[in-house]
Amino acid sequence: MGVIETVALTKKYPRVTALDQLDVNVGGGVTGLVGANGAGKSTLIKILLGLTDATSGSARVLDHDVTTDGAAIRALVGYMPEHDCLPADVSASDLVVHMGQMSGLPYAAARERASDVLRHVGLAEERYRPIGGYSTGMKQRAKLAQALVHDPRLVLLDEPTNGLDPSSRDDMLALVRRIGTEFGIAVLVTSHLLGELERISDHVVVLDTGRLLRSQATTDFMHATGLLLVEVQGPSDADQRLGQALVEAGLRATPSGRLIEVEVKDEGTYDVVRDLAVDLGLGLVRMQEGHHRIEDVFREGGAGSVQPV
Amino acid sequence: MSSPSETTGPSGVIHDIGYRPYSGSRLGEGAVAWSFFITGLRNCFGLGRSGRSKILPMALLALMLLPALILVGVLVQARNILDLDEHIVPYSIYPITTQLLISVFVAAQAPALISRDLRFRTITLYLARPGRRTTYVLVRLASLTVATFVLIAAPLLLLYVGGLLADLPLGRETERFLAAVVGALLLAGCLSGLAALVSALTIRRGLAVAAVIVVLLVTYTVVSTIQGIALDTGNETVGEIAGLFSPYTLVDGVQVYLFDSPEATPTPPVGNAMGAIYLATTAVTIVGAVGGMLLRYRKVTA
Repeated sequence: MGVIETVALTKKYPRVTALDQLDVNVGGGVTGLVGANGAGKSTLIKILLGLTDATSGSARVLDHDVTTDGAAIRALVGYMPEHDCLPADVSASDLVVHMGQMSGLPYAAARERASDVLRHVGLAEERYRPIGGYSTGMKQRAKLAQALVHDPRLVLLDEPTNGLDPSSRDDMLALVRRIGTEFGIAVLVTSHLLGELERISDHVVVLDTGRLLRSQATTDFMHATGLLLVEVQGPSDADQRLGQALVEAGLRATPSGRLIEVEVKDEGTYDVVRDLAVDLGLGLVRMQEGHHRIEDVFREGGAGSVQPV
Repeated sequence: MSSPSETTGPSGVIHDIGYRPYSGSRLGEGAVAWSFFITGLRNCFGLGRSGRSKILPMALLALMLLPALILVGVLVQARNILDLDEHIVPYSIYPITTQLLISVFVAAQAPALISRDLRFRTITLYLARPGRRTTYVLVRLASLTVATFVLIAAPLLLLYVGGLLADLPLGRETERFLAAVVGALLLAGCLSGLAALVSALTIRRGLAVAAVIVVLLVTYTVVSTIQGIALDTGNETVGEIAGLFSPYTLVDGVQVYLFDSPEATPTPPVGNAMGAIYLATTAVTIVGAVGGMLLRYRKVTA
């Protein structure tokens, strides 16, 4: 079932075209929406929520049309904005309960759900303190909690890792992954950091200046490249010695940092690598298939301004 | 409010029971609007907000009630000695006597309710939910209006009950009290409408507080000064027209016109024409403020 479907979706501002004839299909699980700043990610999310009107084209979310059925969509969807949106003088607990009520939960149910989701996002006792005193990480968690409180069928997470330190970033990403898998809620998560989405998404949509650059399963992005990465241990020039031996054995081998990239000709290549390492008296630490990374798409696609992790 | 409820069983171990989907009932638009209204009303008195934000509204409510309490005490205790057969301060005059407190309340709470959502962009969270923009604006206005009404009408109720305890005639008191309640509602509507509009246009809270204070206090001071001069120089009509420009004198004039209440200003409206102008101005103020708010929020982007 299609969670999000857009057809020729276009959004023009007076001076900028934010979205240009965009056709996107998003299914269940976690979908990453990648693009540089200004690529149209936030605009797309706002159109999907029915908060902004598209200039032309159409979009459907969970089988509701965004232009005519905005309220129905907003009842089924949770939204975590990119920017700060939390009042300073209420506690996360009170805010999330209130937001649950605003989505139609009765008070008692809202309290129970708020307590549940705050636990899931990892806000402990601090949930009872005013949000004004929170760290960025805690604020992001509170923002996520309010997007989940009404048990939506889809959550739109706009840059959830913005401003987080590496360890909170990992926590947040793990949480996003859990929402898409364990919780069974479809997730559309945006980021300008490719490596992040590589790790957690089932599917990746790449936007570049409002146009669709690519949309495919994450596994396809990282399909095997036909290269074998080899790491050996031994004297300081161990990798060079093995590389030299491989070339002499008629294989194409190039150094890649401390690793050696070997082109796999057939099944026998693995044996050749192993035997040469043994012959040279080197410790074979690792043999690994080389994968593409999503950022290669941008190199191929020519979108220059995206920063890989 | 704040009892952690995750602990299960006597051991106090927190069990991860996984994610539980919600399959219970979901309320309709009206019920959601009602709970939004109640939350707004509670927030106006600092309930459900930080401890510090309870101090001002509660103190103002207490200060509003204190004079009424004293007046009732005097009435009950010394009715015969002083030979009183009615309230020392009439219901209709009480709000204008305490106008400073009312203005401070509105100036403090309108920005807390209105500017806050714009300043912190919490409005986005509301707009991303099923409720409409119009509902948001109208409910916010309703919360503020009812909160202001409670502040104005609470001492009137105290006076009324006290008056009955002091054996004032029931029929006459009820009539006067109800007239004053209508006046309180109109005053609350005018004050909240203006204050909400100023707060929505002045996104910064501190600025909004100052702006509302200026609008309410300065207009009242200027109007009452002009009215005083007009009375002294015999130009009552000038004073009557000036009375249109402050919510307090305006609503007082409406009460004089509609219910023949005792006037609180030197130059109340005389005659049907001027009375109708007062009534129309009140309507325009309230409707205009609501319209202005709706227009203002049409431009708010998520």
